[in-house]
Amino acid sequence: MKKCIQIISLFLLIMAAQAANAAINVFACEPEWGALAKDLGGDKVNVFTATNALQDVHHIEAKPSLVSQLRKADLLACTGSELEIGWLPVLMRQANNAKLQAGKPGNFEAAHYVKMLEIPSRLDRADGDVHPGGNPHIQTDPRNIAKVGEALAQRLAEIDAANATFYQDRHKDFAQRWQLAMKRWETQAAPLKGVAIVVQHKGFPYLEDWLGLNEIATLEPKPGVEPTSSHLSEVLTQLQSQPAKMVIRAAYNSDRPSQWLSEKAKIPAVALPFTVGGSERAKDLFSLFDDTVQRLLDGAK
Amino acid sequence: MFKPKLMVRAVALTFLLPLAAQANDSEEMEKLRAELQEMKQSYEGRIKSLETRLQQTETVAGDAAKTAESAAVQASARPTASNAFNPDISLILSGTYANRSQDSDYHITGFQAGGEIGPGSRSFSLGESELGVYANVDHYFYGGLNLALAPDNSVGVEEAFIQTTALPYGLTLKAGRFFSGIGYLNEQHAHTWDFVDNPLAYQAFLGNQYGDDGLQLKWLAPTDIFLEVGAEVGRGRIADTEGRDKNGSSATSLFAHVGGDVGVSNSWRAGLSYLQVSPENRESNDLDASNTFVTNSFTGKSKVWIADAVWKWAPNGNGTNTSVKVQGEYLHRSEDGTLNTDDYSASQSGWYVQGVYKFLQEWRTALRYDHLDAGTVNYGLNTAGLADTNYNPQRISWMLDYNPSEFSRVRLQLSRDESRQGVTDNQVFIQYQMSLGAHGAHKY
Repeated sequence: MKKCIQIISLFLLIMAAQAANAAINVFACEPEWGALAKDLGGDKVNVFTATNALQDVHHIEAKPSLVSQLRKADLLACTGSELEIGWLPVLMRQANNAKLQAGKPGNFEAAHYVKMLEIPSRLDRADGDVHPGGNPHIQTDPRNIAKVGEALAQRLAEIDAANATFYQDRHKDFAQRWQLAMKRWETQAAPLKGVAIVVQHKGFPYLEDWLGLNEIATLEPKPGVEPTSSHLSEVLTQLQSQPAKMVIRAAYNSDRPSQWLSEKAKIPAVALPFTVGGSERAKDLFSLFDDTVQRLLDGAK
Repeated sequence: MFKPKLMVRAVALTFLLPLAAQANDSEEMEKLRAELQEMKQSYEGRIKSLETRLQQTETVAGDAAKTAESAAVQASARPTASNAFNPDISLILSGTYANRSQDSDYHITGFQAGGEIGPGSRSFSLGESELGVYANVDHYFYGGLNLALAPDNSVGVEEAFIQTTALPYGLTLKAGRFFSGIGYLNEQHAHTWDFVDNPLAYQAFLGNQYGDDGLQLKWLAPTDIFLEVGAEVGRGRIADTEGRDKNGSSATSLFAHVGGDVGVSNSWRAGLSYLQVSPENRESNDLDASNTFVTNSFTGKSKVWIADAVWKWAPNGNGTNTSVKVQGEYLHRSEDGTLNTDDYSASQSGWYVQGVYKFLQEWRTALRYDHLDAGTVNYGLNTAGLADTNYNPQRISWMLDYNPSEFSRVRLQLSRDESRQGVTDNQVFIQYQMSLGAHGAHKY
């Protein structure tokens, strides 16, 4: 009986501790949205980022620790467009957090706020890992970050109405700094316009759209399918008649296929951070694009 | 807006002005100046109004573009179709070829197992295909049906349940037919297993896999460490028995799971479960003392304890190319009741440990060892026909599978099965498992 009381009082203590901590708990599926939530929410939010830049967000283990974090979250900030379909639904069903169900303010999908590219005209698994809603790697275009930032600030203000002006002010400040930074990146990246590139995974259509890069080949024969040696030699042959300046991969991709092509075709292999934490320098959203543009410029030299 | 006549006059005036100055006709000059001033003012006014209008038009056009873009975003993000509300449908197609050195009179020496167990029939067989239909019912419930299509043309309802999605305090209530939350492997569907078959301990004590008709209440603790506690009541449909036709429940289970991460590369889960069930006429195959194949029938009380643990590793948590999974479970069952017509009691245990190693994006290999401990068995008056052999069955299995995508798998498994005393069954399985339809998300 005494033990029982001890246990119950321990639980009450835990609950009380949770209630005292009034900050909004944000569960970010990807590092870029975690960083954005921190930029917009400051000390009014506790951000948990479920994945890191060295993981392939298509394939994440539905770990017990993620269930616990989802249970206490007030806001779920994810890319959507079925990027997380292999792991998030099963976590959601275990955590059963009513605030985060689809349609609730606590469920935020970034892909709803940007113009999606590469929306497939037909859906067939024979085409590889295609996403019916369009290519989900939207974070490689800073113009998308700006749009999602505006929507996320609004959402934070909706969930935490008491601090609405706080989020709006922070967003105003962020948006101003972001616009200036975009101008800088665009000026720096001007020489990249029209530059021919090869990509390992179809993860960069938004970056290409922003900077005017010209993707001429992919190392994966189909999205999500491991590069085969026959397909790699096809790409190599293609490069003889249609040369590219560099081959690009994301930090989480295996470096072997792009290294192979780099050696054979004598073009640099460029590993882009892809998201916050994907390189030593990419510590936040600003340095993510500083580093991305710099690496591309170095590759195009 | 622009009057061409006025324009011509203005232009003419501009050119004529120097000439007019030369003429030095002051009166004419004054007149001209005044006219010019008037025209200038009038033009300035017009230009200003034009500029304002242009600005307005630009703003409207910008808004229109914005609206168009947001409409495009909306349209792309939410594809609409008449079947948009159809549930997720997934079909698992599976087929097996089995080659074995022994016949199919399968039983586990000294264990009253019950249920559909064993390595199945030899040669080609359909394996177990599964049809699953799942969806949110509304803002309070989620529901699903999973049909198992067996090679003998029978269809079994493996799962048919509803569960809440919006209860407060981390509570979830599930009702219907579902796999019990006890242990680690019990809740997992056959197509997610790492081997063709389930561990011997599951076959001996749970009739392969324990699913029941009943209720389950789970509570997820509001802690950083994963802690889940659950309780179930049911009719007790264990090992192909019907469950009891009586008021109240014939099966109760309790389970708790804890889990967490160690660094970014490791994650784990461990659990403890207890199941108490009262099977009626649970039929199990056996060999009697005169080596005759018999079917025993057990009615009584059965208590099962399970301890389970699983640990997973992947470099930086990225399991695309390399990962390791190690899992083990220990099961103990004590039974008390009647076997055939006489008293029977037993206290037996079993365990398995297995490791899966993914060494390339598309390839995995795994090793598993199964062991059962005969423990103590009291056959009562059955002793005349059934002898207590003290035999400890064991099995070792190795598998290699090739996964061209997350939707397809082809597997080779070799097993050395010593479930039967004095008989070694060398087994070769070749299996395919394909998943069609909705993208499945796999449990930890």
